[in-house]
Amino acid sequence: MSAARGGASPGPSAAGQQVALPTAHRGPWSEAWRRLLSNRLAVAGMATVAFLVLVAVLANLVGRSNPTFQDYSAIQERPSARHWLGTDELGRDAFSRLVHGARVSLAVGMFTQLIALSIGLPVGAIAGFAGGRTDNALMRLVDIVYGFPDLLFIILLRAVFGGSVFMIFLAIGLVVWSNIARLIRGQILTLKEQEFITAARATGGTGTHIVLRHLIPNSLGPVTVAVSFGIPRAIFTEAALSYIGIGVNPPTPTWGSMIRDGYSLIFSSPHLVAIPAVAIAVTMLAFTFLGDGLRDALDPHTRGASRLGTGR
Amino acid sequence: MLQYAVRRTLWLIPVLWGVATITFVLMHSVPGGPWDREKTLPLTVQQNLNRRYGLDKPVWQQYFRFLAGVARGDLGVSYTYQDREVVSIIAGGLPVTATVGLTAFTLAILVGVPLGLAAALRQNSLLDYVSVLFATSFASIPGFVLGILLIILFSVTLHLLPTGGWGSVKQVIMPAAALGALPAAWAARLTRASVLEVVGQDYVRTAYAKGLPDRVIYYRHILRNALIPVITIMGIELAALVTGSFIIENLFSIPGVGRLFVQGVFQRDYGLIMGSVLFYAFVVALLNLAVDLLYGVVDPRVRYR
Repeated sequence: MSAARGGASPGPSAAGQQVALPTAHRGPWSEAWRRLLSNRLAVAGMATVAFLVLVAVLANLVGRSNPTFQDYSAIQERPSARHWLGTDELGRDAFSRLVHGARVSLAVGMFTQLIALSIGLPVGAIAGFAGGRTDNALMRLVDIVYGFPDLLFIILLRAVFGGSVFMIFLAIGLVVWSNIARLIRGQILTLKEQEFITAARATGGTGTHIVLRHLIPNSLGPVTVAVSFGIPRAIFTEAALSYIGIGVNPPTPTWGSMIRDGYSLIFSSPHLVAIPAVAIAVTMLAFTFLGDGLRDALDPHTRGASRLGTGR
Repeated sequence: MLQYAVRRTLWLIPVLWGVATITFVLMHSVPGGPWDREKTLPLTVQQNLNRRYGLDKPVWQQYFRFLAGVARGDLGVSYTYQDREVVSIIAGGLPVTATVGLTAFTLAILVGVPLGLAAALRQNSLLDYVSVLFATSFASIPGFVLGILLIILFSVTLHLLPTGGWGSVKQVIMPAAALGALPAAWAARLTRASVLEVVGQDYVRTAYAKGLPDRVIYYRHILRNALIPVITIMGIELAALVTGSFIIENLFSIPGVGRLFVQGVFQRDYGLIMGSVLFYAFVVALLNLAVDLLYGVVDPRVRYR
């Protein structure tokens, strides 16, 4: 898998440097894209995610009927031509709710990570590189946020913000950024001690240059991995909150609330619970496969370690 | 090192103060009051209740009373469980939560680490693929989803295990499995990735070149270095197991701390909520501290300044 990666580089250490300084003719990103496409699981994950995005965008079309319409003449029906997945205890079309639930899940995954990155990346990078008092001050802030058990903090924020979808994004994003900040800082602390940074300094690189050109690019691999886990984790968090009954306000259809609504009927209509559960599982699996593929394709140090031996 | 440990431990105090303050501020900005019920209580009753719990005092007085209590280890009283102290409520649920969490954690380490190690040392073998598939699947499927699928399989279809409740060994199996699957997968993934990375390092090549026996290289050079990130993440994972299990506790109707907390949220039991958040924060902070200190013991490259 990694045999072709070193290219025509003369030796291990030289190839390692080439990875760190993206100056090759074919950019490292298009290289990475090529590698991503050669990974079958990653392509399957990407296809599933693309499919989900399509379904979410076209939910009104695909869903065929109103996900919140309660048809009291068709309560808890078996799957049929009219209701592909049957109806729930309020006569709502389960298929339509499933399709609209994808919308909420995907939005939660993406927006929370955007919020987390836009806070965590600068905080972690500044703390790790500046060190000293700045590091201390920033990391104590991170410690406090990090000290909160994630779900409890999210629940507290949710209690204050209310249960609209956007507030759920905000509540989750305002909590999970501390993971990114810690990760980046840790990466930069380790990278800072390395020879190529000394070399960059020796050749007159300024602080900003070193952070932006060397430290952050070399930390992006692990960050990509973290985000690729962060998206499904956020999806799971929303689903869990909605399952408990403190997530997105009803009647917005989400997979978590479908499980909650269906749970009392689990012995008579287990499919009402099983289908959203499987949907959550498949979505998370797809993101993980995609994330793994991204990591293999992007992360310079996994690449280094597998062949060149010049990783960290 | 010792100086670092002491300083790091003392930092717990401001961290917990921050958590307490944020929690206090958040709880006081929640719309609605603790006595909002479906049936509105008469105003005089509300006033009496407020006086009883000190809620008629100015907010800053309430804040300092709260902090003073916390400093003494008194997390206040519950507003719904008649006059019970939050500490005693938590103490009641803790053994249950800890039983499930530790069973799950043990399961995770015992399955995950050996699996990851075996996969890495036989990279690209069938064993490797199977363990990667296992790890990827269970790392992606949330515990409560797995729990639901387990219930459908073992309770609804096979009638083998009870859907929930507490008191017998049978009732621990599904929750522990549902809770432990994710950390097991994480442990396997991390161990595998970490071992693979270390195997490629120069010092491992040097060790081989020196002609050291494989066993020595495995344990002293590879495993010891590879376990650094595993320890860090698994420490956090342990914290997640202790705190994050309240979804599982709800799903399986287990009377642990997490279920009490969720009930507190529904009943607007501000006393119980603030108390249990602080309790959880304390546990998480201690675990993070332990992880940071362990990191230093295992990896001398991390310098304390």
